[in-house]
Amino acid sequence: MPSQRNQAPNEWRWIAGGAIVMLSGTYRPGTNPLKPRTIIGPVVLVALLLLGALAVACGGDDDDGVMPVSNSTVPVRPTPTPIGGSMILATTTSTQDSGLLDVLVPLFTKGTGVEVKVIAVGTGAALEMGAKGDADALLVHAPASEKPYVDRGELVGGKIVMHNDFVLVGPPSDPAKIAGNKDLKAAMAAIALAGPFISRGDDSGTHKQELTLWKNAAIDPRTAVKQREETGQGMGATLQVASQRKAYTITDRATYLSLRKSLDLNIVFEGDPTMLNIYSAYVVNFEKFPRVKRLQAEAFVAFMVAPATQLVIADFKKAEYGQSLFFPDAGKTLEQVGKP
Amino acid sequence: MEALWDGLREALRLIAHGDATLRAVALRTLVVSGVATLIAAFVGIPVGYWLARGRFRGRTLVLGLVNTGMGMPPVVVGLVVWLMLVRSGPFGDFELVYTKRGMVIAQVIIATPLVAGFAAAAFQSLPSELPDLLATLGASKFRTLWLLGREARIGLLVAFMAGFGGAISEVGASMVVGGNLQNSTRVLTTAIVTETSRGKNDVAIAYGIVLLAIAFAVNLIFTTLQQRSR
Repeated sequence: MPSQRNQAPNEWRWIAGGAIVMLSGTYRPGTNPLKPRTIIGPVVLVALLLLGALAVACGGDDDDGVMPVSNSTVPVRPTPTPIGGSMILATTTSTQDSGLLDVLVPLFTKGTGVEVKVIAVGTGAALEMGAKGDADALLVHAPASEKPYVDRGELVGGKIVMHNDFVLVGPPSDPAKIAGNKDLKAAMAAIALAGPFISRGDDSGTHKQELTLWKNAAIDPRTAVKQREETGQGMGATLQVASQRKAYTITDRATYLSLRKSLDLNIVFEGDPTMLNIYSAYVVNFEKFPRVKRLQAEAFVAFMVAPATQLVIADFKKAEYGQSLFFPDAGKTLEQVGKP
Repeated sequence: MEALWDGLREALRLIAHGDATLRAVALRTLVVSGVATLIAAFVGIPVGYWLARGRFRGRTLVLGLVNTGMGMPPVVVGLVVWLMLVRSGPFGDFELVYTKRGMVIAQVIIATPLVAGFAAAAFQSLPSELPDLLATLGASKFRTLWLLGREARIGLLVAFMAGFGGAISEVGASMVVGGNLQNSTRVLTTAIVTETSRGKNDVAIAYGIVLLAIAFAVNLIFTTLQQRSR
C-alpha cells in the first residue's frame, strides 16, 4: 500500500478558520446590538470569509495525495530529470478496481515527480476524453475501438502494455449448464436461452467485448437474450449485481480474481483465443491540443513499458492468487500478444 | 444479515483504529463541504435578504427559481460544472476539474439556493417595519442587514445547516467534478460508492458511520448555538 501522507496542517488551517468564523458570528447575549464595538463581529466575519474564499481560489496545488520527494527508507533509483507537474490519465475501471494502478502510479510519481489524476471510466469514455483533449494519457483495452482514434491522429505514441483475458462468470448453480463447454458460440447461445445476463452497458472495453461475442454467435443482445440487463456501471459494481441476481456476465480475469471473495460467481467459460484483453497506453495528440501535458504523458507511456514496470505488472498479486492477473507485453505487436 | 453485522464490527474496528485513509477522507470531506457552505452562506444570506425585503419586478419569479434550486439534483449541477471546467470547456485553462476547488464550486452551487431560500423565509418572518425603524435610528445599510440577521439568527442557522447538509451528503457532483481521486478528491460519499463496488462492505459501512457522525456533530453544534441564543 502506498503510504498515506499526513495532510493535517493544510486541512486544520481550514477548520480553525471555520471555527473562528462561526464563533465570531454567534450572538452574545446581553450586548446592546447598537453599541459600536459589536461591529467588530461582522468585520471579522467578513474578513475571514473573504480570506477563506481567497485561499480556496488561489491556494496552491490542492492535491494532497502525492509527495514527489520521498524520504522513505526504500531505495529509489535516482532519476536524472524529475519532471513534476500533474497529468490526467483516463483509464478503464478494470485497472482501477483490480488495484493495479494503486501500485503503478505511486512508483511513477516517485520516479518522475508527476502527480497522476486517475479518472477511471469505461474505455469508450476514456477514448472520447482523449479525442477532446480532456486527458493527457490513456490506458485502454479495446484495440478495435482504439484504431479510429489513432487513424484520426487524436492519439499518438501508442504502446501495447499488457494483456489478460476475459472470462464468462455465472452462478455456481450454472442454470445454462455451460461449465466444461469448449465452444464459445454454444456457450453464448446457452446463456441467451437460460439468462439472466448482466451487461456493463457503459461502452467500456468489456462491454464492447460482450457485444462482439453476441455478434460472433449471431445473437441479437437486445432481443434474443433472456433477462439481459445493463448496469451502466464499472466492472466491480456489475459483478456485484450479477452475483446478487444469480446472473451471468463477462469480466476481465483481474477484476474477477480481485473481487472473488465478495462474489458468489464461478468462471464458467475461459480460454477462447478471441477473449484476449489487450491494454495499450497512448499520449493524447499534443499538437492538436496545446493544453495536453506532453512531457508527463510521454513519460507515463514510457514508464508503462519500461522493463522494471513490466516486472511489477507480471508479479502483481501473483502470490495472492497463484496466477498472474496481467501479462506484460511491451514490444509485442497485436498479433504476437498471448502467443508463446 | 450476518454480513451486515460482520461489516459493522469491522467498520467499528477501522474507526477505533483511526485508519489513516478513513481519517484523511473524513477530514477532506469536512473541509470541502465546510468551505463550500461558508461561501454559500456569504452569498446566500444577502440574496435571501434581498429576496425577502426587495421590492422589484419578478421577485416572485426569482423566489420560485431559488426554491426550485433548493431541490436541484446534485448530479445535474456536477454535469454542468464538469462541462464548464473540463479542458475543452470554457474555463478549461483554470485546471479546476478533478480538484477540491472544483468540488467546492459545485457544492457552492448546490448549497447556495438552500441557504438563500431558508434565509429568505427567516427574514420574511421578521416584523416588516423593522428595517425602517433601524434606519430611523441611524443604522447604515450594511449594519441594518447585520442587525436583522441577528434577529433572524434562528432561521439563518437553519439555512446554514441545510446548506451544509446539502453539500456534505451529495455524491453525484463530487463524483463527476472531483473524479473520486484516491488521494485528493475522494470524499466520504464517493468513497462509499467505490468501496461498495469493490465488495468491501465493511469499509463502506465505516465511511457511512463517519459521514453520519460528522453530519450529526456539526448539526449538534449549530443546534446548541441556536437554542442557546433563543
